[in-house]
Amino acid sequence: MLEIKDLYAKAGDRDILRGITLDVAAGEVHAIMGPNGSGKSTLAQVLAGNPAYEVTGGSVTYQGIDLLALQPEERAQQGVFLAFQYPIEIPGVSNAYFLRSAFNSIRAARGQEEVDPLEFLDYMEKKLELVDMDVEMLSRSVNMGFSGGEKKRNEILQMAVLEPRLALLDETDSGLDIDALRIVANGVNALKRPDNATIVVTHYQRLLNYIVPDFVHVLAHGKIVKSGDKSLALELEAKGYDWLVEPQGALAS
Amino acid sequence: MTAPYLADFTTLSNNGARAEPDWLRTTRRQGIERFAALGFPTPRNEDWHFTSVSSIAEATFTPLRGASGQVAKSALEPFQFGQSDWPVLVFVNGKYDASLSTPASLATGIRAIDLSTAMRDEPSLIEPWLGKLSPSEDRSFSALNAAFMSDGAVIHIAPYIESPIPLHVIFVSDANAAKGVAHLRNLIVAGHHSKATVIESYVSLGDSGYFTNAVTEVQVEQGATLTHYKIQRESQRAFHVHTIDAKQARDSHYLSFSFATGAALSRTNIYTNLDGEGCGATLNGLYMADDEQHVDHQTNIIHSQPNCFSREIYKGILSGSAHGVFNGKVYVYPIAQKTDGKQTNNNLLLSERARIDTKPQLEIFADDVRCTHGATVGRLDEMALFYMRSRGVSTDAATKLLTYAFAADVLETIEVEAVRSELERATLERFSGSSATP
Repeated sequence: MLEIKDLYAKAGDRDILRGITLDVAAGEVHAIMGPNGSGKSTLAQVLAGNPAYEVTGGSVTYQGIDLLALQPEERAQQGVFLAFQYPIEIPGVSNAYFLRSAFNSIRAARGQEEVDPLEFLDYMEKKLELVDMDVEMLSRSVNMGFSGGEKKRNEILQMAVLEPRLALLDETDSGLDIDALRIVANGVNALKRPDNATIVVTHYQRLLNYIVPDFVHVLAHGKIVKSGDKSLALELEAKGYDWLVEPQGALAS
Repeated sequence: MTAPYLADFTTLSNNGARAEPDWLRTTRRQGIERFAALGFPTPRNEDWHFTSVSSIAEATFTPLRGASGQVAKSALEPFQFGQSDWPVLVFVNGKYDASLSTPASLATGIRAIDLSTAMRDEPSLIEPWLGKLSPSEDRSFSALNAAFMSDGAVIHIAPYIESPIPLHVIFVSDANAAKGVAHLRNLIVAGHHSKATVIESYVSLGDSGYFTNAVTEVQVEQGATLTHYKIQRESQRAFHVHTIDAKQARDSHYLSFSFATGAALSRTNIYTNLDGEGCGATLNGLYMADDEQHVDHQTNIIHSQPNCFSREIYKGILSGSAHGVFNGKVYVYPIAQKTDGKQTNNNLLLSERARIDTKPQLEIFADDVRCTHGATVGRLDEMALFYMRSRGVSTDAATKLLTYAFAADVLETIEVEAVRSELERATLERFSGSSATP
């Protein structure tokens, strides 16, 4: 489904990704772990098409197409979804309107008919249940005055509505208490299908107790330095990142 | 160039077409004399520093004297907020059109007639106020208006009358207005303890170039609440200068909203004098411009008496090579203790070439007051834009939605729901093809 080959990217003058290679097949869950500043959030942003980052080398093929040639909205229309680490507040735009705009944009791009507000509200009912959100949250401005947990649940709600083929979860666990974490993880698990894939970016192993990965990759200084199965996450939990990162750090500095 | 106007004035005075009372003739004569002395304002004048009116001064506009437009009732529907039963006074190309107007449907206690009729038949409805609430000694355009004022709405709301239904005054121009000028003069007298809403709309059918030079005089008597919306959607080739002068008596409230999106060049002056204790004034507005449009707002809030409050929020959205100007003055007299004033101006620039000159000013001569002001100029939030795009929303739609969202809170202050939703729609549409309201 996704083949990342020797991907380089920078933000401004700063090189962040320095040759990432990663294959993700349909039905798989991959965890990207690593210390702060290793580039794992950048990888997620680059895959979603954030124009703040410039790809300087390598390729990304998604379902046989050149992902990097697509605008962010085209990627979303092709089924890529990024759950933001810091969801953006948009005063003046209601959550319902935002969700419906997104839903209809994606439907329109796929040649499907748009849905009206009433139909959409029906559709939303089950989705709200999935992340234990009150319908009242739909009438509030996007993420305005939401708690940290509510913002993350709102991200998963959007994911539930848009039903992506490739979901990128960027530090979705950060700032969540255990109950919120469980709700978010349950939401993600409920959306898992044999034909979609999930990339979970996280600093901590904790989330992986709930969203169990098929593969774990450790990112350091913009490169994958180690890959393994879910036991690698436990090893990292026990030993930290230093044993993997230090030699690279010495090189980089 | 003042000469054509002076010649027009001589012609008008000589042909004796106007059998007008002495006081009115005096007002006109003083007007033309002041205009002759002042000339058109130049950028050397501090209040006109960022707005050049040379395009008005150098053009020759013929006075519109009821050039009859073939305006059908249905042509006005888009400007009527979906409320065909609201009473309307309609002026076509500067002249009252009785066939399109419905003053008969006004609530008991509210009078609304056209100025030309009032001048001829009922001068007592205008004489105590006209030219007195809005002086023109130092104001070129108001002086010019005083000399030539020909028509407009005269509205009296009797004491204690409360009307939930707004009165809508529509000034519509069509192709027959081309190269013409209308000097419109309105008077609103809100009797003591009355409560009413008056809407002034300035709109075009087609894209003629013409000049609207309007003055609205407002008296808000003791304990009265007047809500006053001004909606300017003139053609993009029109010139528009409008001064609103309100005078507030004790315990009165004046709530103003200025919505400006049309005209090649527009200048709206909104002045209110809180001339009694316990008054409140709310002056809000939204201006939007693109291409080569120039949109200028000047507001003066004059706190003449103690224990009054004023609130002001103006927002501007500028695209293309548009130029916006906001000049907001809050003046607090030495005796106006306990004044509570808050003023904000926020601007959103959508292009590199768009420009805003904003100057909020406080002039405070009392020592026990609470006044704040602030202005911001910003661009669209790149992260918010990316966030929406990452959900499949096109760049174009996301830009438009974020632009709308910027203006949403000031539009929310419009209390009349039908007006609010129409202006929300117009705002969303100004920069988008969508017509839904978020």
